[in-house]
Amino acid sequence: MNTIKLRAENLNLSFGKKQILKNINIEFQENQVTSLIGPSGCGKSTLLRSFNRMHDLSPDAKIDGNLYLDDLDLYAKKNSVTDIRKRIGMVFQKPNPLPKSIYENLSYALHIHNYPKQEIPDLIEKALKESFLWDEVKDELKKPAVKLSGGQQQRLCIARTVVLRPEVILMDEPCSALDPISTKKIEDLILRLKKDFTIIIVTHNMQQAQRISDKVAFMYLGELIEYDTCHTIFNNPKNELTQHYIGGHFG
Amino acid sequence: MDASRREQIDRLNKFLFKSTGLLTITLLGGIFLMLFSNSVLFFLDVSPVDFFTGSQWDPDTKYSFLPLLVSTFLVAVGSMIIAVPLGIFTAAYLSELAPRKVQMILKPIIEMLAAIPSVAIGFLGIVLVGPGLASIFGIQNGLNALNGAILLAVMALPTIVTISEDAINAVPKSHREASLALGANQWETLFRVTIPAASPGLIAAVMLGLGRALGETMTVLMATGNAAAIPEGFLDSVRTITATIAIEMGEVPYQTTHYYALFAIAAFLFLITLVVNFTGEYFANRLRKFHS
Repeated sequence: MNTIKLRAENLNLSFGKKQILKNINIEFQENQVTSLIGPSGCGKSTLLRSFNRMHDLSPDAKIDGNLYLDDLDLYAKKNSVTDIRKRIGMVFQKPNPLPKSIYENLSYALHIHNYPKQEIPDLIEKALKESFLWDEVKDELKKPAVKLSGGQQQRLCIARTVVLRPEVILMDEPCSALDPISTKKIEDLILRLKKDFTIIIVTHNMQQAQRISDKVAFMYLGELIEYDTCHTIFNNPKNELTQHYIGGHFG
Repeated sequence: MDASRREQIDRLNKFLFKSTGLLTITLLGGIFLMLFSNSVLFFLDVSPVDFFTGSQWDPDTKYSFLPLLVSTFLVAVGSMIIAVPLGIFTAAYLSELAPRKVQMILKPIIEMLAAIPSVAIGFLGIVLVGPGLASIFGIQNGLNALNGAILLAVMALPTIVTISEDAINAVPKSHREASLALGANQWETLFRVTIPAASPGLIAAVMLGLGRALGETMTVLMATGNAAAIPEGFLDSVRTITATIAIEMGEVPYQTTHYYALFAIAAFLFLITLVVNFTGEYFANRLRKFHS
């Protein structure tokens, strides 16, 4: 059960002259939900995005250190970024369905990764069911995805990630743009998905972190301050900074 | 005393601005009226059936619009076949792939193309493109539809590139991120997400480029050979509506059928470019709404 799925070793990251991540060492366990918490600008989203190499798009991002998925070196030249992103999916802060139909939002990635045509409809149905969306959209798969509500759009974005059967799903504040009921649905979904996937989620919501996490990492000013089980972080944090943050004294 | 003075000046200013605005509209309306009243006089002399069906433009006897219309579209559509892919790919390269330095150099250069006077481009057609085409295709002279199409493509390129680039830039970054995060590469993202999302703007770009190509006069007059017969292909000499008016207007006797005929073809050109431009504006507006 305690297999390490994803890890970062001595990770330093800077944008131009500004150092965002300072010597991060962290390991994420398989089939667990790990929350990254900390005040805005502490580098938690930046850390998340370095695992699926989204920083490749920023020419001034400089990355030092090693990141691994199992034994795969994520930044080794020989490893293709598209394969890595297929194995490490991502859900963004604001729901970002593609300007296509609901069905095409899911079939898009399957086409790109050359899944056999006849398997695609079943894979899509399965992913929509897993994302608690099937019953709501099964009769209108041709509808433009932007016509869905915000919460449905976010579940669609999760389904779109799930359909590729990645090993890890990165979530960058997936509920920050949603109402409480939609948030509850996504949280239920996350708890159910962890059976099949390893989930790392950035959140600003302490209650949310408490409700869904197995482990919690607290970051501050680019450093990993404390990393422990959810219970320890919220009930018995060792570091003073963590105590203050959990206690609501800053952040 | 002072207050009423200021009010007077205020009223005067309002009147001035209102009249300049009205003047523009009056001018446009006036052009429209002049073209169409003279066209009506033409159709009193020549039946519309002959005008639209004949195959020869031979002033004093035969007034067939068809060769001119076909010529105009051959050149304009030909120029779009060249300029649209070139323009859209250039725009895509500039906004998606080019390093910032290349972007900074290339963009002003492309925009500068628009500043070249059309007569200079026509000159290029006579001394460079024409002879080039003649030797490539083994024909007597290179003053033909293809020559015109190539030159018009150059002239329409700045419009198409600039508007396409705006359209591609307006596609939210989140679409691109969504696609890339699913493991699509840059090409797949560009062709399957970004360009489809930008398509209303791209259509606007093409329409405005086409409008430019349809209305261009001097370049086609210089470079296309001016044979007023229905062309059979791109290597035939053609004579566009614009070139016909420019060539014949100077010598035509006042208020003859021939004189009115030139107004009639100008009126049709006006209608065609109007429709093309409206279509372009319609799509451009839709894009703006979509993104605000």
